[in-house]
Amino acid sequence: MSLRRTLLTTRRILEQLRHDPRTLALLLLVPTALVGLLAWSLTNQPGAFDSVGPKLLGVFPLIVMFLVTSVITLRERTVGTLERLFTLPLTKADFVAGYAIAFGALALVQSLLVSVLSYTWYGLAHQGVPWRVSIVALCAGLLGTAFGLALSAVAHTEFQAVQFMPAFILPQLLLCGLVIPVSQLPSVLRAIADVLPMTAAVHAISPLQTNPYYLGQFAIMLAYILVALVVGAATLRRVTK
Amino acid sequence: MDSSDQSTFEVSNLCVIRNGNEILKSISFHAVPGELIGLLGPSGSGKSTLMRSLLGVQAITGGSARIMESVAGSLSLRGRLGYMAQTSAVYLDLTVEENIRYFAGVLAEPLSEVARVMDVVALTSFSHRLVSSLSGGERTRVSLGVALLGSPPALILDEPTVGLDPILRRDLWRTFEGLARAGATVIVSSHVMDEAARCARLLLLRDGTLLFDGTPASLLAASEAPGYDEAFERLIEGDQ
Repeated sequence: MSLRRTLLTTRRILEQLRHDPRTLALLLLVPTALVGLLAWSLTNQPGAFDSVGPKLLGVFPLIVMFLVTSVITLRERTVGTLERLFTLPLTKADFVAGYAIAFGALALVQSLLVSVLSYTWYGLAHQGVPWRVSIVALCAGLLGTAFGLALSAVAHTEFQAVQFMPAFILPQLLLCGLVIPVSQLPSVLRAIADVLPMTAAVHAISPLQTNPYYLGQFAIMLAYILVALVVGAATLRRVTK
Repeated sequence: MDSSDQSTFEVSNLCVIRNGNEILKSISFHAVPGELIGLLGPSGSGKSTLMRSLLGVQAITGGSARIMESVAGSLSLRGRLGYMAQTSAVYLDLTVEENIRYFAGVLAEPLSEVARVMDVVALTSFSHRLVSSLSGGERTRVSLGVALLGSPPALILDEPTVGLDPILRRDLWRTFEGLARAGATVIVSSHVMDEAARCARLLLLRDGTLLFDGTPASLLAASEAPGYDEAFERLIEGDQ
């Protein structure tokens, strides 16, 4: 693995996004606008946004980054740029790490933007620590990026890649505690929910927990990120059978 | 020193079976520095598979392919083979310069190489244009520019002239001839038989079988045909 080639790849991806202001705006502004919409819609229910808002900060980056990464990586495979890169001295690790850093940086900007607006303009009064919310949002973005890289290998078209959202993301959305508290789920579903990455993101934002509890949730997220990045690298085939 | 010691490409009984289909059937040939080889044949004859096998991105079922004394796909070959795929295989949402600069960076080539390559493919005036805004021919030139980075000793160009206007095709063939004169081994595929006249040597492929390996003049002489299309038809009839 070469740090220079990794960073060149990161720079190339960010340059691509710079030339695509529409995608960039969707990445940064849509989550911000959605959280704002939620805050507005809950204006007449005191405390409701304070409860739901932080959880969304851990969910949106995962969904958005999953979609963007899976489609962009699939495009690399289908237009031939990935095959061309594999005839050059670029390793799979350079490629995957380049993507992870580029989209991780985007996730950071996205999470900071949503967090700052939530705590200021949207009036979020969360009992947790604001910087922890931002770190969770960053991890959620990296989770989305890592899963997008891994699952893009299974899709043959961009349409199929988008279909992975209902198949892969929505079940997590239902079980992560956003709709029903995890503690009220049937025991089997609760056991599944407890080890899902999106649940970990939501739990890591919950207020009034102990530090070991938060560390445990971060550990779950980091483990998923690492495993998904390794799987993502493994699914990049240099040689066609 | 025998010919194999000098070979850029040494292909022996190369077979590729994909999804149960025999795509390449015992292909053998060798190529030396300075040769401009036309790999001709109809669509689906196995040209791209052969090229991808030489690059090491297509698994080989049988036989062998050695490039510059290394097994195809070896780490030591990465960056020493200029490759241009049928699709442009460049980033549409980057400018010409950003594309070439990125690939040059991966190859650890200096920025002066970016300028040189853009000059060779006559794209200096387009350097700040997004590739998505370029015509098909201009995109082909960007892709060729990437393949030329670092002046590789061997070039594999998959149908680079397909769909281009005659003037651009002529210019590209002149570029290929110049590269071969400079000592590179250049393999150019095409399904247009008229392009045979541009090559110093022809490899004619059909249904994964190498039907002919020789000069354009010897193809016409052997088949007693007035043109390359007819020569190819007679070869097929003879093969059947």
